[in-house]
Amino acid sequence: MSEIIILNSLSKHFKVPVRESGLKASIGSLFKREYRTIKAVDEISFQIDQGEVVGFLGPNGAGKTTTLKMLSGLLYPTSGKGTVLGFVPSQRQSQFLSQITLVMGNRQQLVWDLPALDSFDLLRAIYSIPTQEFIRTRDEFIDLLELKELVNKPVRNLSLGERMKMEIAGSLLHRPKVLFLDEPTLGLDVTMQRRIRAFVSEYNQRYGATVLLTSHYMADVEALCKRVIVIHNGKLLFDGELNSLVEQFAAFKTIGVTLQIENADLRKYGQAISQDGTRYLLRVPKADTAQVTARLLADLPVDDLNVEDPPIEDVIEQVFAGGKPGEVTV
Amino acid sequence: MKHMFDYYLTTIKIAIQTQFQYRVMQYFYMIGMIAEPVIYLVVWSTIAVEQGGSVGGYTPRTFAAYYLVWTLVRNMNIVFTPYGWENRIRSGWFSMDLLRPIHPLNNDVAFFAGMKVVMIILWIPLGLFLSLWFKPDLHPAWYQVIGFFFAIWGAYLIRTMLLSVLGMITFFTTRVGAIFELFFAFELVFSGRLVPMTLMPPMVQQVAAYLPFQWTFYFPIEVLVAPMTIQVMLRGLGIQLLWFCLGWVAARIMWRFSVRQFSAVGG
Repeated sequence: MSEIIILNSLSKHFKVPVRESGLKASIGSLFKREYRTIKAVDEISFQIDQGEVVGFLGPNGAGKTTTLKMLSGLLYPTSGKGTVLGFVPSQRQSQFLSQITLVMGNRQQLVWDLPALDSFDLLRAIYSIPTQEFIRTRDEFIDLLELKELVNKPVRNLSLGERMKMEIAGSLLHRPKVLFLDEPTLGLDVTMQRRIRAFVSEYNQRYGATVLLTSHYMADVEALCKRVIVIHNGKLLFDGELNSLVEQFAAFKTIGVTLQIENADLRKYGQAISQDGTRYLLRVPKADTAQVTARLLADLPVDDLNVEDPPIEDVIEQVFAGGKPGEVTV
Repeated sequence: MKHMFDYYLTTIKIAIQTQFQYRVMQYFYMIGMIAEPVIYLVVWSTIAVEQGGSVGGYTPRTFAAYYLVWTLVRNMNIVFTPYGWENRIRSGWFSMDLLRPIHPLNNDVAFFAGMKVVMIILWIPLGLFLSLWFKPDLHPAWYQVIGFFFAIWGAYLIRTMLLSVLGMITFFTTRVGAIFELFFAFELVFSGRLVPMTLMPPMVQQVAAYLPFQWTFYFPIEVLVAPMTIQVMLRGLGIQLLWFCLGWVAARIMWRFSVRQFSAVGG
């Protein structure tokens, strides 16, 4: 497969003025201004192949959005090199911009006062989409996202979720080959999140598009991404399959056991996380899982038993907290 | 070319639809805007009457013609202001414009051109009312009417370029309002907005000759109001074209340096 996105030691540093609070500091800053350099993105490198859907994870301020903005040509990198579809994004060539899209959950491109259909028509003109192709794509998206009843309403009268669906449809009308999705399900209810996930997945499969997705909702990542890239304080922490992230960082497993008796003392088997009637959750070191499971089955009247990896949110949280493989807690 | 024509036409249609959504607000805005030339007109007409019927060749009725056409020219040369630039850059909304494979200036030009259609429709009854009230002395030749059409669009394009260059300073400073106020003061003095340029002191007229401002107010008004030969009118339109080209080059250069500074603040 060909590499569509290539980052080579890409960095973005911001020089920001700093001063103490108060009048004295304010006057002082007139004469002597101090600056601090913030390394929003610090020498990150990765490649993404055509058709991949990659989750780009990190806590707030990690550098995710800054990276997406560099990759979409909104920001000039301080150093390093990045290419998308063979183009240098910061050169902002029309041919490049015609083949990508950046969807930001907190930004909109639709005309607020008019029905979305008018905005779609404007996007047709902007991207010079042949009329027949435009109509076909538009109607296809309207069906997939169930927008038929909404496209004639002024955008300002739509709910957040409806607007987001409309934004996504509008952003993909020109059938971009690369999608940068920055929190596309931000603030949406579970049903709407699911619909948008399904749509992104469908678009990826139908058009072979490459997707780089940031989301704080792990359900988005689990549903769409086999591979994740984790970034924190501008540095790359992990790049690999979602499963191997759990393998690498989760040193514990969760054993769920349902007993025929209540108030059993399970402390000698592992750390008790919770109890709900006769259902118990235990945290045990990964290496001891098989042995503990065997002991539970041998010692106690077990109705049901299952072994699970810790929730992905907890693993990610541990990675952000600077944890190393083997230090993850649940 | 076909692509750009389609883009401009679609954007103009969008602008017209958007403006009609707020037609009442637009009307009140226009009434407020007309207050300015009406005050100038009343003051200068009074002075003319007190000075025996005219000031510098302008009678109350020629002043009426000047300021009536002023209202139309002013409507035409309203463009996307540096405050707008400041707002869209500071808020981060500009990101969405930058992602499109068309230069954002095209959007500004096309959208505001669409707005003009609505503004002129709304202006017509107001213009008629002012004409009936002040009885302007307005007798343009046929070629002046045609020239006026080009002159008002020339004024619009020159002002768009000037204020865009000014607006792009926001990429460096994030706030440009103060500089715009300075620009506005210069424009007031050197454009003919306050008073016809021939009534200004000779020194102001000499300085104004080297500045673009009078080509966005005084010249288009005079094309319709003053007796003017075709040659003089064409020369004026040529100078407008020159100022537009200079503004366009300045905007391109400014854009090249300034867009690198974009930090996509606030999203």
